[in-house]
Formats: sequence, C-alpha cells, structure tokens
Amino acid sequence: MPAPALTSPPEAVLFFGTCLIDLLYPQAGLAGIALIRRAGVRVIYPPGQSCCGQPAWNAGYRDEARRVAAQQIAALAGGLPVVVPSGSCAGMLRRHYPALFAGDPLERDAKALAARTFELTEFLVDVLHLRVDDLGPPLRVAVHTSCSARRELGAVDRIERLLDGLGGVEKVEQERKAECCGFGGTFAVKQPAISGAMVADKCDALAAAGAQVVVSQDCGCLMNIAGAFARRPDAPRCLHVAEFLWERSGGGAL
Amino acid sequence: MAAPSELGGRIGRALGNAAARANIARAMYGLQKKRLLAFPDAAELERLRDAGEAIKRRAIARLPELLETLEASCARNGTQVHWAETAEDANRLVLDILQRHGARDLIKGKSMVSEEMGLNAALAAAGIEPIESDLGEFIIQIGGEGPSHIIAPAVHKSRFEVAALFREHFPDLPHGDEIESLCASARAILRRRFRAADAGLSGANFLVAETGTLVLVENEGNGRLSTTAPAVHIAVAGIEKVVERLADVPPLLRLLVRSATGQPITTYVNFISGPRKADEKDGPREVHLVLLDNGRSRLYADPELRESLRCIRCGACMNHCPVYVRLGGHAYGTVYPGPIGTVLEPARAGLGRLGELTEASTLCGACSEVCPVRIPLPSLIHRLRHDAVRTDGAGAAGSGARRRRLEALVWRAWAFVHARPAWYRLWTATATRLRALAPRRIAGWSDARATPRPATRSLHALARERGLDRE
Amino acid sequence: MSDARARILGRLRAAAPASAPDRVPVPISPATPANQADLLASFRARLEAVRAEVHLADADGWPALVQRLARARGVARLLFGADGQLADALRRQFADEDTPALVPYADPIEAWKGELFSGIDAGVTSSLGGIAETGSVILWPGPAEPRLLSLVPPVHFVIVAAAQLHATLADAIAAQRWAEGMPTNALLISGPSKSADIEQTIAYGVHGPKAFVVIVVT
Repeated sequence: MPAPALTSPPEAVLFFGTCLIDLLYPQAGLAGIALIRRAGVRVIYPPGQSCCGQPAWNAGYRDEARRVAAQQIAALAGGLPVVVPSGSCAGMLRRHYPALFAGDPLERDAKALAARTFELTEFLVDVLHLRVDDLGPPLRVAVHTSCSARRELGAVDRIERLLDGLGGVEKVEQERKAECCGFGGTFAVKQPAISGAMVADKCDALAAAGAQVVVSQDCGCLMNIAGAFARRPDAPRCLHVAEFLWERSGGGAL
Repeated sequence: MAAPSELGGRIGRALGNAAARANIARAMYGLQKKRLLAFPDAAELERLRDAGEAIKRRAIARLPELLETLEASCARNGTQVHWAETAEDANRLVLDILQRHGARDLIKGKSMVSEEMGLNAALAAAGIEPIESDLGEFIIQIGGEGPSHIIAPAVHKSRFEVAALFREHFPDLPHGDEIESLCASARAILRRRFRAADAGLSGANFLVAETGTLVLVENEGNGRLSTTAPAVHIAVAGIEKVVERLADVPPLLRLLVRSATGQPITTYVNFISGPRKADEKDGPREVHLVLLDNGRSRLYADPELRESLRCIRCGACMNHCPVYVRLGGHAYGTVYPGPIGTVLEPARAGLGRLGELTEASTLCGACSEVCPVRIPLPSLIHRLRHDAVRTDGAGAAGSGARRRRLEALVWRAWAFVHARPAWYRLWTATATRLRALAPRRIAGWSDARATPRPATRSLHALARERGLDRE
Repeated sequence: MSDARARILGRLRAAAPASAPDRVPVPISPATPANQADLLASFRARLEAVRAEVHLADADGWPALVQRLARARGVARLLFGADGQLADALRRQFADEDTPALVPYADPIEAWKGELFSGIDAGVTSSLGGIAETGSVILWPGPAEPRLLSLVPPVHFVIVAAAQLHATLADAIAAQRWAEGMPTNALLISGPSKSADIEQTIAYGVHGPKAFVVIVVT
C-alpha cells in the first residue's frame, strides 16, 4: 500500500513512537524526531499514544486490538501527517486499521489516519528529500528491511537510498536478504525453536557479509537480531536507521 | 514447562534432523532461483498473475454452474462423473468401480487429492494393491512415508537414502548411488506394472467445463501410462479445479509450471476427453471422474476463505516460506503443508485440531508475493488465528476452540492499560524505574537471544521533557 | 450418490456471489516471434535445451531421414500407424527386407500388449504442429495413430510440419479450433521423459520415451 502523496515538507507532523521504542529503544525515537526537526519541520509527540495494537491483532484478539487502536486514532487526530519509525507499526496503521474498523463508527477516521501515515524512511526520502553529510569513518553496513516495510508498505528502497547517500559507508549485501529474520512479534515467543533457527541463519548471513553495522527501519527485527548476536563473538553493531543517520551526520547528544 | 504439543514435537524433530534440513533447504533455495529465471520480466509476470487471478476468480464465482456444465460435457464424451462429499465417500466410489472390474491393483499417477482421501490405505484394506508410479511417490511409498512437498514428494531424501531403500526392497536389481541408475531401476520395475495393471488413477490439474477435458501435467510419462494402458481410468479432483474454457488453460499453465519448477512447460501436457472410442485401438474403455468436496463447499461459503480455492497447487508458497524451508512438509503433520496447508487444513479439520498450525508463521508475506493467483495467504492465516480465539462462534470450523482463559485475560489487561493514556504512562514509568527488576529470562525468547531490558527513561518522558507533547 | 451431488451443488449455490468478475484480456508474451524462421528457431532451441533432437527435412526427404536416424540408433523394429497419414510414405521408403522393420500398429492393444512393451524399439507419428514458445509438439492421437504408439517404445520420432508451428499454446488452441472437438487424448510433448524427484537433479528417460526425435518438414 503506497505512502501518502506528499512531496514537500509540511509545517508539522505527529510522531508515533511505537511501544517498543517507547519502552526499550527511546534513542531511536529521539533520533527520528531530531532528523525531522533539523530539516525544519515541527514535531509533535501526542501524549495520548501508546501502541498501534498489532500484538493483539496478530494474536487474533481483534476486539482488544480495536480498543487500543481507537485510542491511537484519538491521540493522532487533527489531520497532520503521522510519521512512524517502524515498518510494522506503520503497516498496521496504513494497511490494517481500515480493515480493523470496517463497519465501525470510527471507520472513516481510521481510513483518514491511514491515508496520512508515513513510515520514517518514506518521510525522510519522499517528503524531506533528506541529504545527509557523512562525517563518519569508513564502515561496512548491512541493511535489514523488515518484512512489513518490504511487503506491506513497499518501502524497501527508501532505506537503501538513505544509506547510498552516505559517502563513507560501504553497503554490504547479506545472502537471502529478503528472508524473514524470525521475529514475527509473538511468533518469537510462541514458536521459539523455529524463530531461533531463522534468526541464527540471519546472523550467519550478516556476519558472512562482513557487516560492521546492521541498520533497519524496525526495532523489532533489531531486537531479535541483536539479541541473537549478543551470544556471538562476531556481532556487528545493530541500530535503527534514524540513530545511524543522526550519528553519521554529526548530530550531537539526543 | 508444559510438554510440547504434537506439532511442537514434530517441529523439534524436524529442526534437529540436519540431513533432511540440508536437503530441503538446498532444494527450496534452488527452486526460488529457478522461478526467478522463469519470470525474467516483472511487469509481464504481474499481467500474467492478473489474468490467472481473474480466470480463477471467475471460475470460483460461477462454480456450481461450471460444475454442471462440466458434467454435461463429460456426459457427451463418455466420461462418467461421480460426486463425493467426503474422503470416505470418494474412497468408496473408487473401490466400487475397481471391484466391479475385478481389479487387483491400481497404478497411480501423482495425485495429492488421493493423499487427502487416504486412498492407499482404503485400497489396501480392501485387498487392492496401490502402485505409486511417480518417482517421488514411488520412493516414499516403499519408504512407508507420506509426501513432504506437494510437487516433489521425496525432496527431504538424499540419493544415498533412496539407493538404500531400493537395495532393501529390490535386492535383485543392481543399484549404484547415481541418480541415473536409480531412475533406470524405477523405470524397469514400474514398466512391468504399467503393462499389467488392471486400472489406473490420476489427478487433474484443470477440469475444462467447455469440453469435459481433464488437463494433466507431468514430466515422467507415468501419468500418460497410468491413464492409457489399463482398461479403466479413474480421475480424482477437487471441485475447485474446474475452469470454464480451453482458452483459460494456457495462462494458468504458464503460471503453474514456471511457479512450480521454473520450467517453461512440463514434458507432457495431457488433455483427456473421454474413454476409448469404438474405432480406437488403445486407451481405457471407461473414464471416471470423481469430484471431491471434502470441506471445499464449506470454505466456499466464507467469502474470505473462499479465496484459497483459487489455488492451482503449484507449491511456490511453500518453496518461499522461511518456516517450510526449515521444517519440510512432514513437520506440519498434514496432507498439504506450507502456507496453503496452514489455511486449508485447519479450516477443514477444525481449529480445535489444527489451529496451532496458524501460529507457525511470521506473516512475512513471502508466500503471497509469489502466489500465481494472488491468494492473500497471510490475511487468511491471520483470519484463522482470530477465528481460533473469537467468542461469537462465527468463522471457520472450531471457532473459539483455542481460546485460553489465561491468554484472553492477558490481552484484556494489555488492552485496558494501552487504551488509557494515564495507565499506559504509569506502566512505562514503572517499568523504566524498576528496570533492575526486569526478568532476566523470558520463556522461549531467551533460549536464542539476550533478553532486552527497559530503557532508563521512556520516549514519552523524554518527549515531555523536551516540550514535544504540546501542539 | 445423486444426493451428494444435490447437497454439494446446493451448498455452493447458497453461497455463490451474485455476480462473477469480467474476463481479463490475457497477456501476450512480448517475445512472440512473428515469422516462420523465428518460430522454427525458438522451437528448435527449446527442444534442444531439454535433450530432444531436432532435424530438418523437406517433404520428400523425411522418410529417408527417419530410416537413417533409426538405423543409427540401432532400431530393429519401428512402429507406425497403419492407417496414418505417414503410412504410405513410410511403406514406400522401407522395403520389406530393410532395417529397421516397419511394424504397423494395426490391432487393438489387447491382442499384442506384451510385444508392444518388449519387442518394439521406436515409434514414429505425425503431429498437429508445434508451439515455438515452449518447444512443444502437438500430438492428436486417434484410430490411425494410437496413444501408446508415442509412449511405450523407448524412442519416439515425430514429424512436424514447419507451416504448422504456432507461437503459443493459446494461438494453437484458437487457430486449430480445439474447442470444437477434442480427441480422446490430445497432448503436448516437449522432450524426452524426465524427473527431478531425486535431489532436484534431472534424469532422463524415466517412464516415457528416453529419446524424442523431432523432424521438421519444411
């Protein structure tokens, strides 16, 4: 499902942090906010937000997901573009909220929200036309695109273009780049054996590619991959693409 | 910790079988590459998928009418049509035909529907010998197994394992380990059976309503032999296999073969339209078509799940599934494995029995990306997950059967907190402040990964501190 | 069992949607060659890629070619359709004492099945043309050239008229008006029999003919 058709920067955006970033990786959120503000766009972090509802949605508990999603629709009301530093959460808002609220009084609001939701790299490339001066040392970097960004949003090329714009970065390509890392939200906990096998293979591929850093649009995948790498001596650094861009462009403390 | 379920046990064994995993992975990654080479033009592939999806959508939408047209066309060309609601009914129909002819054996071309029927066991119980003639099916038959893939049944075996099986069951024939030698042995063994078989069975890839034609694709020639040499030919097919016209076949054929094996076409494409005519010198004297329902009409009644009936059984979904690639088909414990199996089997058998299969997916979408007829497999798996725990009794068979009080309570509590900003902020404030008390181990997760811990301060708190939470 | 029919159709009718989507125009492969030479080149390339043999001959020369190729393969007994369109030309070419011996498929199979399965080295048939896109020969067996003629003998010689080459299967089905009358078993043959069921490795000559020899008559 394509990104909203906005090609020049708005005056302000709403930032939907995602529950994972809120609780575990706030630096990724701050980096995303900082990148947008540095480009001259005002960022508002609506305090009423919590979680897109995907965990319950994927577990089959649609009523519970809807209740939480309704709160997000309220928190993100007002018509400003919404920027989400996660492919899977952006996918939830854009792709699945209309279905979740089909036949519901909030259906129109859900569709309106979906129509103004951007995943962060989509916003940075399509709307901000972001150019980043690379002030960092030479580095081999691998990109891991989440399945949501790849297949739900069709956003895989944005993160690649952002990396290509960094002069000191040598992009390395891991084998079977498009294969799922095995996170899948609750899948990692409900089917740990299969998930473990998948993330082990993903780490092998990333290590074999010689990556010193792994970046992604999605902290869920990063948590999975970095967690598996933590037990290995060949672990590259794993971070959200926003943090990486901020760091490479000499952004200071967040 | 609770004992693993049956599915969990099979998954564990599959993941632990390094040899089978290597064989399967090599085969699947190879098939992925072959498919890409077979569809070099991405835009044309999409046009082809548009056409395939439209043809099947139309056929499924008009299914009852087309089945009647098929039946009438078959009547005109002498093909006898039978209707079976269940697998047992289908087996009984096949047995009736065979017993009427005094058949002692039945030589089979490849048919996944016959696996679905459990036909071989039913035949054996009635004293009729089923002979698998497709090389892959032949191998697993003598190995006492079921197929692990719908196109390549013996994909989990190495040639050394096949050679060992041949040596054990056919000690009189000389066997090397070379694949050519194994094929030559199979040819010799089965040639005798083709010649002498009393009856032959096939599936059908498409049933053409316009002309009453069974379309059958194959590479080996056993399909042709099974349906030409014996006096009786019985075809078994799901009701969803019908298409309206002969002209519908070429685009579907292009999609099917290239998606399945990467070939431009199979060695043989058979168009069978009736039994031997009066002035012909060979061919079966009788051709029977058994149309199998076995839960398909129930799927049909659900507009969302109905989409799965477009399936043309190419196997591309399982070839590209990261879970199937690591498990192989046997771990699923079903006739149809992989993503399509994960939709068809629980919907048919009921979510109480097979609902757990819907958990064995990350919903990554690799399957629907390659499905030639655009079945939205992740959405259907997702829909069945919901059916498994919903409380309104609607949806697939076994609706609500997997709802557990504890899990439902957890999600209710989760929703309570996350739907209320003040409660949510209290939760994150507590979790970050008490991060030292966060669990060091999370069941399942921590077996393979380091356990994450809450940050020192939430993004909410940091945003508020920076004044970002105000318009 | 008609109860089963009624119940199945009843369930389907109760749930069938009110309308069916329209037909979508079927894409034509962009690489569709337009002229005879291109069709022949594509046809030949596809067949040779899967270990079929392709030879060219003219209308008078093909019987001699068949004889030469059969002898080269050590074929002792060559089966043909007794009343088929090739029959006269073959009988003229193969004198009685010649090798290989011409064996007519004249009787119903029940009379001589054992001999067919073990005593015939090759079969020769006509065809209804071919398909360039996939390298496929269209076979239209009938009373004159029965089905097993092209299937049981380990070698299959087939005569294809170059003028009957079509770009795609869709073209052939339309041009030859298949829908107006299908034989008992029409088929497309695109090479010798093969299987990849063991280790995804291709092996030839599994159950059908091990050799597929196509003679294109120009």
